Amino acid sequence: MLNYAIKRIGLAIVILFTVMLSMYAMVFLVPGDPASLALGPRATPALKELLRERMGLDQPVLIQVWSFFRNAATGDLGYDVWSKRPVFDQIMEFFPNTLALGAVALGWALVLGILLGCAAVVWRGTFMDRLLGVLSVGLISIPAFVIAIYALLIFAVWLHWLPAIGAGQPGDIVSQIKAVILPAFALGIGWVGYLARLVRASMLEVMNENHIRTARAFGLPERRIVFRYALRIAIIPTIAILAVGLGSILSSAVFVETVFGRPGIGTLITGAVQKRNYPVVMGTVLFMTAFYLVVVTAADLLIARLDPRIRDVFRG
Amino acid sequence: MTTPLLTVENLTLNYRTGGDPVQALRGVSLTARAGEVLGIVGESGCGKSTLAATLMGLAGTNAEITDGAVSFRGENILTAREETRRKLRGKHIAMVFQDPMTAFNPVLTIGAQLVDFQHNSGTPKRQRHSAARDMLDRVGIPDPDICMGRFPHELSGGMRQRAAIAAALLMQPEILIADEPTTALDVTMEAQIIHLLRNLQSDYDGAIIIVTHQLGVIAQLCDRVVVMYAGQVVEEADVDTLFHAPRHPYTKALIACDPASLSIKEKRLPTIGGRPPDLAHPPAGCAFADRCAQVEPICRTAAPPRVEIGPDHIAKCHEAWS
Repeated sequence: MLNYAIKRIGLAIVILFTVMLSMYAMVFLVPGDPASLALGPRATPALKELLRERMGLDQPVLIQVWSFFRNAATGDLGYDVWSKRPVFDQIMEFFPNTLALGAVALGWALVLGILLGCAAVVWRGTFMDRLLGVLSVGLISIPAFVIAIYALLIFAVWLHWLPAIGAGQPGDIVSQIKAVILPAFALGIGWVGYLARLVRASMLEVMNENHIRTARAFGLPERRIVFRYALRIAIIPTIAILAVGLGSILSSAVFVETVFGRPGIGTLITGAVQKRNYPVVMGTVLFMTAFYLVVVTAADLLIARLDPRIRDVFRG
Repeated sequence: MTTPLLTVENLTLNYRTGGDPVQALRGVSLTARAGEVLGIVGESGCGKSTLAATLMGLAGTNAEITDGAVSFRGENILTAREETRRKLRGKHIAMVFQDPMTAFNPVLTIGAQLVDFQHNSGTPKRQRHSAARDMLDRVGIPDPDICMGRFPHELSGGMRQRAAIAAALLMQPEILIADEPTTALDVTMEAQIIHLLRNLQSDYDGAIIIVTHQLGVIAQLCDRVVVMYAGQVVEEADVDTLFHAPRHPYTKALIACDPASLSIKEKRLPTIGGRPPDLAHPPAGCAFADRCAQVEPICRTAAPPRVEIGPDHIAKCHEAWS
């Protein structure tokens, strides 16, 4: 297990450095000078030079790459030349909002999705099973921002039940919870359908395996078979998909945060891209990549914990 | 003569399919007696595994029992409530499955499963653990304590089959059903498992039912044999009579085709020509008529009678006396 963990973490670091390198290439090898883009057409050459110096663009490219690597490794993601604040501080200010949104969205989607998936297995072949199937596919096909706009219209504009924009008052938990409900609903609803289909399919597959028949042949109660013998195996693909799906949750969060005017990583990135604020774009993307890798690695380790066969493949 | 523990009478089972139902069992009758090893032999698709699963009450959701009874100690278990049948499983009727590779849950240790499998015993957990350990020791697993902590994929095929046999014997069931217990194993493992089953049989007072397509396994282990073809019992006899004086042409053909009984000079393996009939539309006469060497016109029109050749020797054939 330890060996496996070390291998997974090592792989995550390699991936992170590859992402950093290609990002650097993308931002700095495209035509156009970030300083001229940032200052606009009427900037004097001296002013441009000053900004270039501040952004470290006067250094040879290899030195730039190296210092970016070195700084990022110590948690220093650079310096935002507009707000004159470290990029890392800005991320830390916005990230908790996005994390709360993603966690609430995935959380309710996971609970409801697994329940509906198991319900479809229990009712397999019946009208309810087919109804859940149609419903799930419907939920998967509607984009998050469409749901977001209608949820906003119905629950905030017409019914006034929940706030339309913002992330709530700092320190006021009730207002923060109220503010997260609609965005989390919009972000998670597609995942309910997706997880329900996924859990149903993998449960049906596992319930047909020979070892389930063995457990039945020893007269184990059906409930024990479902939860101890089947769900433990059926949940594995769900964990893998969920970790990868976090990437798509975070990218849909950009739309949902924009619709609800909710401060978060999504609004931070869109703002920075519009202003050609490269240090913020790079720092944020890098941070999100690192976060994503942590989650995927944690999921892999959890899967290895649940399935001894996977653990053995990576052992030794 | 011992009293029958398990009686199957006229068992008829159809599998529902998209089209016409497949008549997998067509009026099967047999008995299993205490202290006796009963062999059920036949080629693939003859209904022997379906029969074994039905005895456990695990025939599957697409199976429909249209007639007949399975009586355990005089009580029909087919009409019993599911909860009653669940309590019989493992404790009174246990099964060793064909494929030891997939018979155990891959994410739980052997020990955890052997403890779970004693659910119907009602004994406390600590006692179940030591029972499991002792049973692993008894089926010849070296270091049973280590084996208890192993996952199924960490054991060899032979060890897994030993563990599966240990699991089936855990609660001293009156009836032990082994479905192709050696088919998935290589030859040396097969010999070891047969040896193990023979040893266990000597101090086991219940009934053992062995389902197999290998006549060698039957010859080495069984006291009495039921030969199945196309969902029916075509011959039933004690093991010596069956091998030395078979009456049904199908039994004769099976014995002639057994690779173990061939002389080395034989240039090619004999086979039974043709294929078993489509059980969605079984023929009106004898199901074996199309492949039979002794076929007569009557075989194609009338179902063969059940002919009693001697005590405990029955053949379902128009030509049983010829």
